[in-house]
Amino acid sequence: MSKITFEIDGKECTGKAGQTIVEAARDNGIYIPVLCWYEGMKPAGICRICTVRVGGRFMAACTTPVAEGMIVENEIPELEDMRKAIVEMLFVEGNHMCPTCEKSGNCELQALGYRYGLMAPRFPYLFPKRKMDATYTKIMIDTNRCVQCRRCVRGIVTKDGKHIFSMTNRSGHSTIVADPQLESKMSDELAKKAMDQCPVGAILKKEVGFAVPIGKRKYDVTPIGSEIQK
Amino acid sequence: MSKPVVATASLAGCFGCHMSLLDIDDRILQLIDLVEFNKSPVDDIKKFTKPVDIGIIEGGCCNSENVENLIEFRKNCKILISLGECAIMGGLPAMRNGIPIRECLEEAYLNCVTVDDKIIPNDPEIPMILDRVYPLHEIVKIDYYLPGCPPRADLIWEALTALLSGKPLNIPYEALKYD
Repeated sequence: MSKITFEIDGKECTGKAGQTIVEAARDNGIYIPVLCWYEGMKPAGICRICTVRVGGRFMAACTTPVAEGMIVENEIPELEDMRKAIVEMLFVEGNHMCPTCEKSGNCELQALGYRYGLMAPRFPYLFPKRKMDATYTKIMIDTNRCVQCRRCVRGIVTKDGKHIFSMTNRSGHSTIVADPQLESKMSDELAKKAMDQCPVGAILKKEVGFAVPIGKRKYDVTPIGSEIQK
Repeated sequence: MSKPVVATASLAGCFGCHMSLLDIDDRILQLIDLVEFNKSPVDDIKKFTKPVDIGIIEGGCCNSENVENLIEFRKNCKILISLGECAIMGGLPAMRNGIPIRECLEEAYLNCVTVDDKIIPNDPEIPMILDRVYPLHEIVKIDYYLPGCPPRADLIWEALTALLSGKPLNIPYEALKYD
């Protein structure tokens, strides 16, 4: 595979042909925040939190492949503020009640809030009316917390390749749903995978809760991205 | 020079943020040296007796009394701090925001199984409940926000001392949490 040299914030980086900016940056120890991107899953470019500037243009780093001589701007104040604004918008347009959420401490949206030192969103809260569905067998879906990254829709599949989750309705009313029949046959591992793959607390596995104490959760001590950053 | 004056209040909150303020442990002795408390549940002063430098408010606004109290704080305080999840986004009380107010009252006072005399309270002495719970900054201007449920004692301490000394705020990662 041919080697590509490019630059992120002035740092010389190398990548492989066909790699996206997010993947290549990770290999070079540079963190670009992501929400809808998930390792090993085909990128979709939905959340735009990974937006970088390439040659003066804003591009989604998760869908843009690296190219020879590319000059990428990542951790610049302008982009960091735009990313923070996206986090704020996601907070106000759902009902994200961290104190009551089981995913708190392991939530990527919350962790991005911590990373950007978000004290309060600059936008007004919308308090939308959303539904919580606990009628499923293995999981619960709380659409109050859903950021519609579609990681579950894209990534949670049965052994014979059937997608368990899908989107329903349109525009501002669109939500995620699970196929009740496929869902009831989900293995415990797959249910756990669905919960872990959800960046927020929209998909929760039933019959376990608050298993990890405060102080030992994923983002309690170290910020999101610190495992990548060199 | 006289000490800076601090006032605090709990509106639609649970006093957890005030408990967290007490959680600064022995630094409370330093705090007493640094500031003077005015209207606050800490010293039980009910009315403002002098202009206040820093007002700290926990809890959102769920009724007319909360709003009155908040406006009075804004009038009397140079700097107003929104303390905790409820003050910033309504918090737990705001979970009723998606439910129409009539439904809430009927559930609490008419349909609830443990209710004896089924009346929705409507005495002029009782503050009017608002249509939904409002974050503080939707009613008055708020200068600073300290999130958390409760905000960590270290966060409150860091913010207060930075504000009093005029030094830049340096929050440790572990101190900024939303839960």
